[in-house]
Amino acid sequence: MSLITALARLEAVGTGRAQPAATVRHRHLSRHPLVFVPLTTAGETGAPLGALVGTDRDAPRLLVVPQPRDRDLRFTFLADLADVVLPYIDAYAGSVEAAERTETDPETGKRVKVAAELCADAPQLIVPSRTGLDFVRLLGRSMRFRRTAEQDPDAPYPAPPRVPLLGRWLTHYGERARVPGSSLLLALTDVLSRHWATGQSGLEDEHLGALLAWIDPPEGLTGAEAARRAELARDADGQLLCPPAGPATDPAFDNRLLAPAIERYDRARTALAAAEDPLEADDRLAALGRAEREVRDLVESRTRPTWDAVWRGLDLLRALPEGAHVEGRWTRDRWSFTGHRDRVLAGEPPQPRRDDAVTAANKLATREREQARLEAQEALDDPLVMAGRRLAGEAFAGEVTDVVMAYSEGRRPSPRPLVTVRTEDRPHLAQRAKVYRSLGGKPQSAEFVGQEADGVLVLRVLDKMGRGKEPEPGSVPEKGDRVCFTLFEHEQRGGAKLPDPEQTPWTHGGPPGEPAPEAPDTVTEEDVL
Amino acid sequence: MTRAKGLRHRLAELRGPDVPAKALDARALAALAANPGCSRRAILDGAGVDKARLAGALGAPAGFGQSQFALTRGNAFEARVKADGGAELLRLAHARLDPGAEPPATAAVPDLTAHGPEGRTARTALALREATRAGGWTLLDHPMLALDVAGSLAFLEPDAVVVHPDGSWSVVEIKSFPMVDGAADPAKVGAAARQAAVYVLALEEVAKRLGAEPDAPAPAGAPVPRVRHQVLLVCPKDFSNLPAASAVDVRKQRAVTARQLARLTRVEEIADALPEGTCFAPDLPAEELTAAVEAVPATYAPECLSACELAFHCRDRARATGAVTRLGRPLRAELGGLATVEEVLAAAHGVSGDPDDPAVAALRRAAALRAEALREAREAAEAREAGEAVSCP
Amino acid sequence: MTTVDFDPGAAAGRATDAILHDTLHGAERGVVVDSPPGAGKSTLVVRAALELAGAGRPLMVVAQTNAQVDDLVLRLAEKDPELPVGRLHSSDTDAYDAALDALPQVRTSAKAADLNGLPVVLSTAAKWAHVKVDEPWRHAIVDEAYQMRSDSLLAVAGLFERALFVGDPGQLDPFSIVGSEQWAGLPYDPSASAVTTLLAHNPDLPQHRLPVSWRLPASAAPLVSDAFYPYTPFRSGTSHGDRRLTFAVPSDGSGPDRVIDEAAESGWGLLELPARHTPRTDPEAVRAVAAVVRRLLDRGGAATSERAPDPVPLTADRIAVGTAHRDQAAAVRAALADAGVPDVTVDTANRLQGREYDVTVVLHPLSGRPDATAFHLETGRLCVLASRHRHACIMICRAGVTDLLDDYPSTEPVQLGTLVKFPDGWEANHAVLSHLGEHRVTWHP
Repeated sequence: MSLITALARLEAVGTGRAQPAATVRHRHLSRHPLVFVPLTTAGETGAPLGALVGTDRDAPRLLVVPQPRDRDLRFTFLADLADVVLPYIDAYAGSVEAAERTETDPETGKRVKVAAELCADAPQLIVPSRTGLDFVRLLGRSMRFRRTAEQDPDAPYPAPPRVPLLGRWLTHYGERARVPGSSLLLALTDVLSRHWATGQSGLEDEHLGALLAWIDPPEGLTGAEAARRAELARDADGQLLCPPAGPATDPAFDNRLLAPAIERYDRARTALAAAEDPLEADDRLAALGRAEREVRDLVESRTRPTWDAVWRGLDLLRALPEGAHVEGRWTRDRWSFTGHRDRVLAGEPPQPRRDDAVTAANKLATREREQARLEAQEALDDPLVMAGRRLAGEAFAGEVTDVVMAYSEGRRPSPRPLVTVRTEDRPHLAQRAKVYRSLGGKPQSAEFVGQEADGVLVLRVLDKMGRGKEPEPGSVPEKGDRVCFTLFEHEQRGGAKLPDPEQTPWTHGGPPGEPAPEAPDTVTEEDVL
Repeated sequence: MTRAKGLRHRLAELRGPDVPAKALDARALAALAANPGCSRRAILDGAGVDKARLAGALGAPAGFGQSQFALTRGNAFEARVKADGGAELLRLAHARLDPGAEPPATAAVPDLTAHGPEGRTARTALALREATRAGGWTLLDHPMLALDVAGSLAFLEPDAVVVHPDGSWSVVEIKSFPMVDGAADPAKVGAAARQAAVYVLALEEVAKRLGAEPDAPAPAGAPVPRVRHQVLLVCPKDFSNLPAASAVDVRKQRAVTARQLARLTRVEEIADALPEGTCFAPDLPAEELTAAVEAVPATYAPECLSACELAFHCRDRARATGAVTRLGRPLRAELGGLATVEEVLAAAHGVSGDPDDPAVAALRRAAALRAEALREAREAAEAREAGEAVSCP
Repeated sequence: MTTVDFDPGAAAGRATDAILHDTLHGAERGVVVDSPPGAGKSTLVVRAALELAGAGRPLMVVAQTNAQVDDLVLRLAEKDPELPVGRLHSSDTDAYDAALDALPQVRTSAKAADLNGLPVVLSTAAKWAHVKVDEPWRHAIVDEAYQMRSDSLLAVAGLFERALFVGDPGQLDPFSIVGSEQWAGLPYDPSASAVTTLLAHNPDLPQHRLPVSWRLPASAAPLVSDAFYPYTPFRSGTSHGDRRLTFAVPSDGSGPDRVIDEAAESGWGLLELPARHTPRTDPEAVRAVAAVVRRLLDRGGAATSERAPDPVPLTADRIAVGTAHRDQAAAVRAALADAGVPDVTVDTANRLQGREYDVTVVLHPLSGRPDATAFHLETGRLCVLASRHRHACIMICRAGVTDLLDDYPSTEPVQLGTLVKFPDGWEANHAVLSHLGEHRVTWHP
């Protein structure tokens, strides 16, 4: 942890409230995000218990699996989930604007601009916490290889087409969430703790209730008190007042409330199946309905507080002004969304279980580039982030005390003015190190010439001064200007182009061969897990 | 009175009159490595104190508990894996651990029932000897192993142990978290590996004893039976209840646990440093208990919350004393000798601290930079409100 | 003490012959050579390059940094001034060592096409990744292959038909700045080392090992070999009597002088400062480092070795200071400047990889820390710091590191299907520390 963040956390302890860790919002927030608060069943993989989902904070859709171990009920849940999520996605897929994309021309191998469609906006998914992200990936993985009756008439448990389709979208969103700075799928605890430093540890920040308690404590309580209550306070029944944000539930809830309710549901179902005449069946159907209602109420009681907390967290984030580079990064998210939309439309198969060598390397390269981009942009957008970089010796700010005009050698001398900066920062500058400042949104580079005295640095400005012999007005700092230079670059260079997958070299196993369609997962034979 | 006996007696006193020792299981032993610097945990575990009850008596009950859904699922899965005389389990052991050996056509599954843990331990050792001598594949279902922990025996019950045709042994861990596409939650696999390493150590004890017997299973002069350092981890495959397995190399975990077990002898030093009459019996009044617990230093860190029953108590104490580590171990790295929130804030704000101490100097610099940035942001916000366009410098 | 049954020159010669045989005449597409510290890796690379060029096989050489490439070019030029060599470089300013411009047989260019037809072309992996060829090179040498990432090899492997991979498995692993857990366990995990991927896909490639360290003295090779290369041991090329470090000025009895004498005598010295939690740039420890360096120079050191009949003065360029962090290196540089010692190399472990000095002074990565972290325990970091010297290594450390190691929480996650890296940093640290404990000088400055 950097010292400046550590200090912010300790000040939060001292003041009893979370302290700002950012002064602008570094993630895009959609005006109409889809919030998804899922619960899962302890010990069962991919056996959801229920969820609240929707775009209207006052009217979430409640989906419940009254017996999570029942395959049919689980599959119904997934189909219902698709009914909520896919129309939301489709609404964005249809609205496009004209854009340009760089592609490699297959004939010449040159990079050329081609006209392309770009979705004007993209759907945004919000889950409460980081474990929610994992659950989205897990759901995506469990659904995308399901076979429809059309694909395979003999499939033992055919899925409606929207289920594997949702699986592909959730997989795409789950993968995109691993790209630094992306906002298609966000875990609220991650975003909140990016912007506020609480007086507790990072581990404890993963509890949404406790995190919000520090950021916005209720009247009369300190953050620490409110967080403790959110974590531990229980009612007379031994139930947590602030249920965990999921997808895991509290064992006390499972054992005391949920298990008996599911058992009653099971009994009601067995009774219904054993009904011998229509009259009895009617009664028992009503009893089954009541039993199901009970489970639904329980699930709603554990998800609704989280649902409300998510929207409260979004309100808090919206109050921060958006960072200058956020929109540019969101455009990359829109490209990502558009790209996946196109792959689905083109009838491409679902994402494979594991990446091939080239895809994995490309993804890693993209993420490293985006990480560097994000770090640079956050610092440029936010003086508080820049302060951290200055403290770390990766940037310096100060006042220009002298400017001496100088020129490059050679036939056509260009301006290379020497700028003296007085700073209290202690940058780690090596001889001839390159430094950058933002000039009208573009990076201007200079090189470190030497240190005149303690805290007095001489720089030689290298570019962005126009083509003439004299620098363009405003392109060279003037005496008295306040300047901020970074040792890191502001823009990222593209990496080398990797071979196509079919050109995978022998060192990496050679070409993977014709892609075979991924087989569906083997399933438990019994109807009930 | 021998030294070991003296220590046992002393630990029993710490536990309280007539309070039985809580047996240490593999999970508890593996957890010794979770925070080995904590004397409080070392003495409480060493003395066999029931930390969950203690935490309750202190008014800060542990947050742990297991959902009955997970429990049912775990048991059902284990039963399924071991069905058919362990045929599937042995097939996985062959495929993942020992593909060069003959495939398991038939397997012996010896009966290990016996009276009491000592009896079961002896029965297990006997079965291991016979199986090693017999050659072929043998599955030991829930064997019992004993391990010397700071002078007393801990009885451990692995899910299964497999004897290979070459006479080597391996540990089997059956877990109910999934292996999806060959990958599993690394934190959970790590915990399983640490637990399995405890069993490996206990098995090595058995092997050493068997090797020393006059009629050792291996011919005279041959080495003692080999305990494999790869264990078999069996988990549900993808989203089903079918088993998938993977070999896990536990050499590292084994080395760490062996070292921590050896270090447990320091329990004696800790006990000696305690005031006369210190006792952790859960029926004592909370104040007395608090004082007793306070008498042993703890090194609380947030990771304790998921690894120690006493964590909520220790967290409250850490908060009360203003210890910075309750915000996380990494936070302390750049603070040098400053250990409390008060000290750090006072140093940062120039109230106290030696400005030549680089930690103090860096804190002041950090505080100044932070204040400058927040001021800048406030000005920008005001300007925004005033409707002016502003640009970042 | 001399070893009668071990002739290091012959052992190293046999290994080199076998490597060159497999490289020039073997049937496999790749040959892997593990080279412990100072085992003659660069010499091997240069020799293999000359033999391949001599056999008329066009050769590309891939190294990881510009400094490494320039170093190889200079060594090639020294060995064979007639051989035309191409140095492919980036289009940045100062892309290569200006010393290359003085060599008539070396052609430099930022465009691969300009270097067509030259028998040997050298560049960094990053630059090679941008090169496109119609016809692949018949042969490549990949240097520092254990520090190269798998994805970096993927980008260049299409450029050659077969290759010799050389590197030191004990040094720092490559890393990535973002998580790559999702590929853990895949044979081509892009964040793994190039050699890991290569061998996962081609397990039958011949693997060799250089068995003799010519750099490390007889006092250091056993410790470094046991602690960092437990499964691939190596020996020192020299015996205990072969190297001597003497000082004209006798000890003044201070801590720095006593530790210098201990290290001169035994090859190792630990200057232990009082236990205390400090920030990284612990001023007392930094001053201690500077004091030791100052005294090393002031006391008129002379190094006797098998290289020369007469003692060679221990000058500033033969001493280096190693640290874990850049800010520590900066603090030591400042302290040395204050002490009037400007010319001693001070760098982090990452940057000291592959370098060699007579005496090294190391600020122990765990000194003064409140706790150990994975970064500070990384095996390769300590290995680099403990294996740069020909005569002696002096560590500066605060007391209490053994407890720090014992208190280190061991709760690492485990990824299925990944190879366990040995040795463990925690154990290697224990091994080094307990050995250093025998050469301890406690000092209260």
